[in-house]
Amino acid sequence: MDGFTAIYIFMLAAFTGYEVISRVPVILHTPLMSGSNFVHGVVLVGAMVVLGHADPESPLQLAIGFVAVFLGAANAAGGYVVTERMLAMFNKSGSSKKEGAQ
Amino acid sequence: MTAKWFIDASYFAVAVVFILALKAMSSPVTARRGIVWGGIAMVFATLVTFATPGLHNFGWMIVAIVSGAAVAWWSGKTVKMTDMPQMVAIYNGMGGGAAAAIAALEFARGEVHGPVVTTLAVLGALIGSVAFSGSCIAFAKLQGIMKKAWRLPAQNAVNVVLALVTVGLGIAIIAAPSIDPVLVIVFFVLALILGAILTSPIGGADMPVVISLLNAFTGLAVGFEGYVLGNPALIVAGIVVGASGTLLTQLMAKAMNRPISNVLFTPISGAASGGG
Repeated sequence: MDGFTAIYIFMLAAFTGYEVISRVPVILHTPLMSGSNFVHGVVLVGAMVVLGHADPESPLQLAIGFVAVFLGAANAAGGYVVTERMLAMFNKSGSSKKEGAQ
Repeated sequence: MTAKWFIDASYFAVAVVFILALKAMSSPVTARRGIVWGGIAMVFATLVTFATPGLHNFGWMIVAIVSGAAVAWWSGKTVKMTDMPQMVAIYNGMGGGAAAAIAALEFARGEVHGPVVTTLAVLGALIGSVAFSGSCIAFAKLQGIMKKAWRLPAQNAVNVVLALVTVGLGIAIIAAPSIDPVLVIVFFVLALILGAILTSPIGGADMPVVISLLNAFTGLAVGFEGYVLGNPALIVAGIVVGASGTLLTQLMAKAMNRPISNVLFTPISGAASGGG
């Protein structure tokens, strides 16, 4: 990927991120924060690739790669469970407010 | 070549689904659907990645994924509803830590070439480390492990000096002809300390805003590491989260009637609280 293509991707992604949530109501702030926390769990994919390319003879590289994949997997799985639980609570009680956050 | 084509196409589809999922999650009617789409896309992306040509260490990979996901799944399922914000914080910190670890491994392998790639790797490492240690402090505070908000004397000055030194080290890493391991280690240590001391004076009521900001940081770090790895799915998902997280942080601060600069620089808990 050459430099300018990357800058275009950065720019368009930034506008997309800004626009896509611009009309979020206050009660959804915390679930959306949790949801976007889940989305950046895709870092797991990058962690898998670097661990997959790590030198199997080097304990240091294996250890760092292992930590990266472990943390990435925890980010994705934990982010999903927590968001799902928050939103499930929403559905049941209609417009009940989230405690502890606002 | 077909395997590579299939993987690239899959990542593209995953990036699109993530954006649609975020869109769905910003409306109460479709929010539940959004997270389910996102979950399916995430599982799909993970499975597809196993087919990437030239990977090895699959044993370690599977052990790490299963153990990491199991720990997080279990803790996320069992935690009390009122303890949710700190769980978001700790999972977010893990994402930042993963981004920082990716950068560390790329440095250890000596696979970072060229000033642009090195700059983005260093930036991702810095932001990811700050998000990691900052989120850990946020978790410790909300969980009640860390009861007191400790404030250094001249906190803001210390923050600025430490940030400048860390950035200076980052520039030294970029400028150096080859990767100097000592420099990289000191850089990571300082970045972690920076995240911790930035977060430690902030009081409990402001925490959701800070977690949201650290969430945006992690998104940026993931996006930058995505460039280092040449993976557009990481770039798009990371930068979308970075931008939406920044906007969300502003919206949350506004909902609390407290400008974001007050949250960061004149915490309520501190002696010198002027505004708010």
